[in-house]
Amino acid sequence: MAKQKKIRTQKSARAWNKFFTYFYLLLLSVIIIYPLLITVTSAFKGGNVIAFDLSFKADWTLDNFDRLFNNTLYSTWYWNTLKVAVTTMVVQVAAITLAGYAYSRYRFIGRNQSLKFFLIVQMVPTIAALTAFYVMALLVKGLDTHWFLTFIYIGGGIPMNTWLMKGYFDTVPIELDESARLDGAGHIRTFWQIVLPLVRPMLAVQALWAFMAPFGEYMLARFLLRSPENYTVAIGLQTFISNPREQRVTLFAAGAILIAVPIAALFFYLQKHFVSGLTAGGTKG
Amino acid sequence: MEYKKKEITYTPEQQQDIKKATWLSAIPGLGQFYNKQNFKGLLFLGIFILFIIEMITFGAGAFEGLITLGTVPREDHSLFLLIEGTLQILVTLIFLIFLGVNMMDAHRVAKIKALNPKNVNTTIQATFKNAMDDGFPYLLTIPAYLVMLFAIVFPVLVTLFVAFTNYDFYHIPPATLVDWVGLETFINIFSLNTYRDTFFAVFSWTVIWTLTATTLQLVIGVGTAVVLNQQFIKFKRVFGVVMLLPWAVPAFITILTFSNMFNPSVGAINTQVIPFINSIIPFLEISSISWKVDPFWTKVAIITIQGWLGFPYIYVLTSGILQSIPNDWYEASVIDGASSFQKFRFITLPQIFAVAAPIFVTQYTGNFNNFSMIYLFNEGGPGSVGSGAGSTDILISWIYKLTTGTSPQYNIAAAVTLIISVVVITISMLVFKRTRAFDMED
Repeated sequence: MAKQKKIRTQKSARAWNKFFTYFYLLLLSVIIIYPLLITVTSAFKGGNVIAFDLSFKADWTLDNFDRLFNNTLYSTWYWNTLKVAVTTMVVQVAAITLAGYAYSRYRFIGRNQSLKFFLIVQMVPTIAALTAFYVMALLVKGLDTHWFLTFIYIGGGIPMNTWLMKGYFDTVPIELDESARLDGAGHIRTFWQIVLPLVRPMLAVQALWAFMAPFGEYMLARFLLRSPENYTVAIGLQTFISNPREQRVTLFAAGAILIAVPIAALFFYLQKHFVSGLTAGGTKG
Repeated sequence: MEYKKKEITYTPEQQQDIKKATWLSAIPGLGQFYNKQNFKGLLFLGIFILFIIEMITFGAGAFEGLITLGTVPREDHSLFLLIEGTLQILVTLIFLIFLGVNMMDAHRVAKIKALNPKNVNTTIQATFKNAMDDGFPYLLTIPAYLVMLFAIVFPVLVTLFVAFTNYDFYHIPPATLVDWVGLETFINIFSLNTYRDTFFAVFSWTVIWTLTATTLQLVIGVGTAVVLNQQFIKFKRVFGVVMLLPWAVPAFITILTFSNMFNPSVGAINTQVIPFINSIIPFLEISSISWKVDPFWTKVAIITIQGWLGFPYIYVLTSGILQSIPNDWYEASVIDGASSFQKFRFITLPQIFAVAAPIFVTQYTGNFNNFSMIYLFNEGGPGSVGSGAGSTDILISWIYKLTTGTSPQYNIAAAVTLIISVVVITISMLVFKRTRAFDMED
């Protein structure tokens, strides 16, 4: 009798657990999808839409995209951002790969000290040094230019990502290097032909992060870029809705999905490497 | 490459030789000449002479400029003098490091020479080959260091200096000079009523914001990972993809989207969500909420949105950890009669913290400086808590306003930047010290 009762309470507990689990997951999914769906649908709404909510009664049209490219500077902003993002990606990934390899594979004088230096520098919120960037930009005429912004983006990502890169290089067995060196490969060949191909997943992840950062960074870009034709997309899109009297929400939505879709696609394509990258670097430092 | 220290005893003459080589290279190159490494000696001496020339033509003036910050308005540009002086400090620092390395090199080579003079490379080719072998790791790290030097170290130094000057909208070079004022800026922040009140209002909201928003992120992230990790769930992959969406979409887009949705008159929250909740829950009548107008509700909105934005990262991380926990632990605990809650409390949670604690801390420090969330949602508004700061401004967005406003206060901004940095670095150091991050002997 008692045993049967216990089984019954266990069963109902399990049913309740199931119910709450699915309820939680569905509720969370709705909360996640709802805002995104509003943006997606708004992008295709014609006429003078002011309300920003989810409704399917509208004149569906591609007008917003047309206006985006013909009446605004959107394509210029997109091109600016691509330039900055690609340069940041190439230079930063090159620098952190070389440095990460050196820290993983060589024991040289000053290694531990400089690794500690990276770890501490990584904590400095450089982005807050606005005054310094302003003064520096005045001296080198970097205000309202892309190269200056790119340079700061590259530098800001180096310490943290060098650590992650080193962590990933550490997972490649050093015996591979040693046998390559025994077979007569030099420093450069060992690096380029033996070790580098094995860290390709991490390279891809790092490249994606470095590429995505300029798309989302707002503060420095807003501060350094002064004329509208030099804006990056983040600043440009904000101008569509920053004026309370003239909120062009449908235009904003159209511009937003043209950025979000390719980036989200890249994200999901590389997503499986994220966890290994996160834990490889994360658990060690 | 590794050096193993061997116990070798040198004769007194040899020790004399080693000492001589080391101290001779206080003028770089001389020690190398003494060791009969003429090419290297020439190279080092050349670098030394270059530095002396640089010091005479530019360096001395730069140091003087840094001390005076200019004497004649319109002719001397105080800011450029400050920057050039900072640059000279870096150049001098690099030279001092070179000097140290050069003396260590002379010392090392002298030791080799004392054992067997034939082992010392004297030809140019041998020097090159040796440099390539020993110098390879340095060569690899140079690009990273160069960029960091100018994009991080240099700005930090300049910020440090500006905080001790009176650079504000009354003192804009070249029309007026900027002067050193010592600790006055910091004293003003903590003693002048206007700045003190603003600083403490902004600082306390920054702390509240950091703690609540980040904790919310962690709770949702860990919770979702634990819930989704249960065996029986169908469509796991679908849910997994949905949970990642907030991370995959660039944050500024979602923040601006939410900013539209929380518009009190036309946004979806007031026009759609609240009426919907009222209709499904009987006897509930929530009226429209004045988001972005009322400070309290604006803060609630900001914290909630950050929970939405930040949890997927924690979720992904935690899921990875959950899968690595051996199943036997749970089975053993069931035999011992543990409840689900006990399993979570005594097995799952400690394991998550053991691995992810440092990353959790970076989430807190990240939100401490989360400019986008604050500024893009409502530009730090509504209202004002004095000195240009709005009621939802955190320290970093206040810095932004101090620097970009119509009457910029660069020195106060720099001082607040330093305060932020000290807070963030202290907390991170405490945590990293307690975890194993500082252990380099892998």
